[in-house]
Amino acid sequence: MITKPGDVELIANAAGLAEVKGRSLWQDARRRFMRNKAAVAGMIVLVFIGLFAVFGGFLAQYPNDYVDFTLTGAGASNGVPSIETGHYFGVDPDGRDLYARTVQGTGISLMVGIVGAMVAVVVGTLYGATAGYVGGRTDGVMMRIVDILMSIPFMFVLILMLVIFGRSILMLFIGIGLISWLDMARIARGQTLTIKNKEFVEAAVATGVRPMTIILRHIVPNLLGIVIVYATLLVPNMIIFESFISFLGLGVQEPMTSLGALINSGAGQMNYGRLWMLAYPLFFFLITLFAFFFVGDGLRDALDPKDR
Amino acid sequence: MPTILSVQDLHVDFDIRRQGAWPWTPWQRLQAVGGLSFDLQKGETLGIVGESGSGKSTLARAIVGTVPTSKGKIVWKGDDLAAMNATARRKHRRDVQMIFQDPLAALNPRMNVGEIIAEPLTTHEPGTSRAEVKRRVGELMERVGLLSNLVNRYPHEFSGGQCQRIGIARALILKPELVVCDEPVSALDVSVQAQVVNLLRELQRDMGLSMIFIAHDLSVVKHISDRILVMYMGRVMELATSRELTREPRHPYTQALISSVPIPDPVAEKARHRPILEGELPSPLNPPSGCVFRTRCPKVQPSCAGELPVMQDVGNGHHVACPYQEVQQVLVTQQA
Repeated sequence: MITKPGDVELIANAAGLAEVKGRSLWQDARRRFMRNKAAVAGMIVLVFIGLFAVFGGFLAQYPNDYVDFTLTGAGASNGVPSIETGHYFGVDPDGRDLYARTVQGTGISLMVGIVGAMVAVVVGTLYGATAGYVGGRTDGVMMRIVDILMSIPFMFVLILMLVIFGRSILMLFIGIGLISWLDMARIARGQTLTIKNKEFVEAAVATGVRPMTIILRHIVPNLLGIVIVYATLLVPNMIIFESFISFLGLGVQEPMTSLGALINSGAGQMNYGRLWMLAYPLFFFLITLFAFFFVGDGLRDALDPKDR
Repeated sequence: MPTILSVQDLHVDFDIRRQGAWPWTPWQRLQAVGGLSFDLQKGETLGIVGESGSGKSTLARAIVGTVPTSKGKIVWKGDDLAAMNATARRKHRRDVQMIFQDPLAALNPRMNVGEIIAEPLTTHEPGTSRAEVKRRVGELMERVGLLSNLVNRYPHEFSGGQCQRIGIARALILKPELVVCDEPVSALDVSVQAQVVNLLRELQRDMGLSMIFIAHDLSVVKHISDRILVMYMGRVMELATSRELTREPRHPYTQALISSVPIPDPVAEKARHRPILEGELPSPLNPPSGCVFRTRCPKVQPSCAGELPVMQDVGNGHHVACPYQEVQQVLVTQQA
């Protein structure tokens, strides 16, 4: 009998000698997540919002800072949403195209949320895991620092910062970065305390694995389930936080805008019957938040530690 | 045969904070291991038995070096463990490996089997090529009775016995000299226990390992050990060869321990003498004076409360910590 080279592989496969692919806990979680319809729907909505924020600008007929003076002030009532004029979402009180501004505002809001969550995940997780793993006095000092930072009224500090250093996106990111990781550090530390007494960590210590490697290889991957869930729930919080600051008029600088700023200016126009100025930004704001909450919920169910 | 490990008057204490106490009240001292000494020869298996809370696991962790000792010495191949420099400590970590009680908890659920088994290797020989690591992991998996094509699986996809085999493979990949097994079979089914114990025995013979085998089940320990050390509340009660300890136990505690192993013959079971232990283990925060066993001892004398009993050598390497010791036959299962 002649065996071609390919056949050997085939026979080996048939005999079950090939390496079996294992299914990690992450893959299990993904399967559970995919079965959750609300979460998948939220994910799809998020993808569309993301695409809208990134590519929506190409469909806009006007740049977001172009002022059509015929449509400013009282004339803004003429800027109703319409396909013909190219103002798909109408114009804002200053006669600027609301579609272009919504696209741009959604982008800023998403970015604020994601940057806040990223800082929380990276800084908060590492800080908390280190404090929890090292323990003792180091842990005490590190967590007291977190307590002190938490006790500072952040809105006040942020407003001061924005007044002193001027309003800029960078300042906003710094402010959000400063506040977002504190809760995460506490959560990560608490989880680390339970994980570090598990036998697999002890096994690593006994073999002589270095502490930093233990934190990165054994502690953090086991924290990540909770961290991811918390991060997805943190994103909408950060968006709301930024919207609130923008609503106060301290957020991003004109002509840049964010959903919060758009909602603010739209809310002022309600009395004049120009509801679209509020409705469109509010719609995007709400579906973004809902989508994030659904995804966060789905992730929490999928990564539930009880299923381990 | 050369002595590979020597434990001399070892004490391990834990400081415990009383619940709800003021910050300035002194912490309580819990003595987990108190004044324990023994030597281990190369290639020997030392069994350690004792009930829960007798300090067996603490002793194991002290030998591996994950728990600090408070008094006494652990001498590993002539070097005091506490006084080792970083290089020697690294060598010690490499030469002394541990197998854990709960097979699943001892494996990181986020790593696959290949990564778990290779971890000691990649830690101590970081330059090893991937192919070499893979080859050695595969080889060892076959050796411990796992199919080497399962390297990409994760711990939760295995049974308890298989997980313990993974743990054994991880402990052996660096070809250590001493393996400390902390109740390696207590969490397993009886049928699987036998497989794992026989595997350990085989590996020990082939690789010339020394082994410390901890269990609370005397019948398992007897099967694998050359010598057995009986512990009670952190102290040695009796130390003898496996055969002598089970046939001619001298310490009242050993006798009680052996008599608690059931005999699978109702007639013999009924006929034998069975000293029953009364009461609970005393609190290690407040151990009894003198002989720690006196509160439960069937042969207790007034003098037991006074001084610590001296270790007596009754010949043939048989040591007993009881002045009123005498041989008492407590029939043991004939099999094995």
